[in-house]
Amino acid sequence: MQLTSHKFKSHVSKALVDAQLQKALGNVEKGFIDKRAKAAGALPEFESLRDNAKAIKDHTLANLDLYLETYEARVTAAGGTVHWAETAADARNIVLDICKRRGARTVTKGKSMITEEIGLNDFLSQHDIEPVETDLGEYIIQLRGEHPSHIIAPAVHLNKDQVEGDFRRVHTHLPEFRDLTEPTALLSEAREVLRQRYFEADVGITGANFLVAETGSSVIVTNEGNGDLTQTLGKVHVVVASIEKIVPTLEDTSQILRVLARSATGQDMSVYTTFSTGPKRPDDPDGPEEYHVILLDNGRSSMLGTEYQDMLRCIRCGACMNHCPVYHAVGGHAYGSVYPGPMGAVLTPSLNGIDKAGHLPNASTFCGRCEAVCPMRIPLPKMMRHWREQEFEKHLSARASRYGLGLWAFFARRPKLYRAAVSLAMPLLSRLAGKRHRLGALPLAGGWTDHRDLPAPEGPTFMQQYRKHQASHRP
Amino acid sequence: MTAKHNILTRVRTALGSQGEAAGRREVVEARLSGAPRGIVPQRGQLPRNERIDLFRAQAESVNATVETVGDYSELPHSVSRYLRERNLPAAIRMGDDARLGAADWLSERTLEILKGPTDGSDMAGLSHAFAAVAETGTLALTAGGDNPTTLNFLPEYHIVVIHADDVEGDMESIWDRVRTRFGKGEMSRVVNFVTGPSRSGDIEQKILLGAHGPRALHIVVVDPAKDR
Repeated sequence: MQLTSHKFKSHVSKALVDAQLQKALGNVEKGFIDKRAKAAGALPEFESLRDNAKAIKDHTLANLDLYLETYEARVTAAGGTVHWAETAADARNIVLDICKRRGARTVTKGKSMITEEIGLNDFLSQHDIEPVETDLGEYIIQLRGEHPSHIIAPAVHLNKDQVEGDFRRVHTHLPEFRDLTEPTALLSEAREVLRQRYFEADVGITGANFLVAETGSSVIVTNEGNGDLTQTLGKVHVVVASIEKIVPTLEDTSQILRVLARSATGQDMSVYTTFSTGPKRPDDPDGPEEYHVILLDNGRSSMLGTEYQDMLRCIRCGACMNHCPVYHAVGGHAYGSVYPGPMGAVLTPSLNGIDKAGHLPNASTFCGRCEAVCPMRIPLPKMMRHWREQEFEKHLSARASRYGLGLWAFFARRPKLYRAAVSLAMPLLSRLAGKRHRLGALPLAGGWTDHRDLPAPEGPTFMQQYRKHQASHRP
Repeated sequence: MTAKHNILTRVRTALGSQGEAAGRREVVEARLSGAPRGIVPQRGQLPRNERIDLFRAQAESVNATVETVGDYSELPHSVSRYLRERNLPAAIRMGDDARLGAADWLSERTLEILKGPTDGSDMAGLSHAFAAVAETGTLALTAGGDNPTTLNFLPEYHIVVIHADDVEGDMESIWDRVRTRFGKGEMSRVVNFVTGPSRSGDIEQKILLGAHGPRALHIVVVDPAKDR
């Protein structure tokens, strides 16, 4: 997709007055937070599992070259093929080559953020190959020509009646006056429409939650079963995954699985966790004739060894956006990037460059909830702060905020002057506020006072109080 | 080949570790061969009977239905009754699993037995699980002619048989069994971990059962010590 993060501010203004969106976003706050808290609270070992999950990924990243080589050897031994792709374009072309060789007309797709990252659907369509999204949420947004607004709940920005409208618009072969008021009716209709597509597809494409070096397995974690149908019924199974998805062993995968579903949806386990190793075998009546894995770098290797390396531990559970007050207010599309929310605010500048990621690292109040719930203990606020520093150093931030920060820095480095200015300004603001003790408007602070009052400072400054306190407690 | 070379070179340069690969290789080999278990929750670490009870409770908590029989010979009757109670056609599709095949299916005269993978036209499928995980109420199924993978996903109703002795406390114990069966570093083409029937929360975050996979999952535990 076209990166539009530089328009974050105008996206936000629109999102805040979008009634449908605001109604739908209520479901994020209501649903995900409680479910995660309950599931995490019910497992006494949850916090130590988080520590171990982090340790496993840190170990893997420190030896990524060796685990990648082992993984490739195991895939090959199981009869599969590994393709290495340095860029998104390389990955797209590898998929296209496989499709062309098999004369593919349609491909089914399991839910995959990595294929969003490489813009696979548009590319395949341009080459007359129809991509069919099979995850319910992905199917809905594909009908609408939209991109996912959440990494695990792609259609979280929509309400039931919008989905009904889309189904009526597209499924014109079905009776016009059918009853679609209940969500179950919508689910059944999607199930029926998509069922035939699995069988027609020449190629099934999935992402991977993990790639297991020990066995050469790719792992998908789903609730609907569409990923499994995609990879079982297509003649060819293509896995697209980035290089940091590697984990050493089956046991290591099991450790991380225990924090993945709990952090994502509050489930102990997702319904389907599938380990796939190679194509169909002689004694196997099911499964694909060919099994391919595309290992994508697309900027990951340049994050290794930098202050952003920790981001490569991310397992894409979505907990950071589920708990983010900014995400709750504006939704995922406002970010204008493939990956929204706090993880997107760190990953997007890493993959696309800070000059293109616009305001994303600023789309945070630094409340710290994302880091508090991240199962992989990724220090997201710290990394956003690094990006803000780079944005400032590269003169990418807006002039007003640069001057503001410069002015503040001038005073902050001169404590005496700072205190003198503050002790002048405080009483003045206090007097301006009057009996309400609140300011409804203030020059240069319209960004704040247009939407809410500014509480006026009261009484002595912190330093004045501190000195008084010290003096009265002196022995 | 160049892409591989370029990616691995970038990774090695970033790690600043081109020179000391030998020492790292030893650590990596040790982890791959030792496969440390990590932190295994206490929840599943129970004696046999309590473990089976936990499996049942956990599976039911994610909307599976569970019944216990004393012997494989009871399967035909149990399957027949399950289909009848739900007003389903008296037909069941299964693979070549010898444990399933050994039961006297002819004893249920009206029940039609279909063999092999499904093309999606079957209402109900029957599989035998490789093992199960009590900690989360999860079934583990392997691929092959004995239990075709399509039976796990295409029929609307999936009946899965599990022997009580194959119910383990945790996922890690399943990997021990996989290595014993298939060899170290080897896998069945797929290992499907199934925890309840298919569902989706994609419409307004409300969980609805029966997305693309089975709408209902019925587990039959074969436990010779069921009257304990």
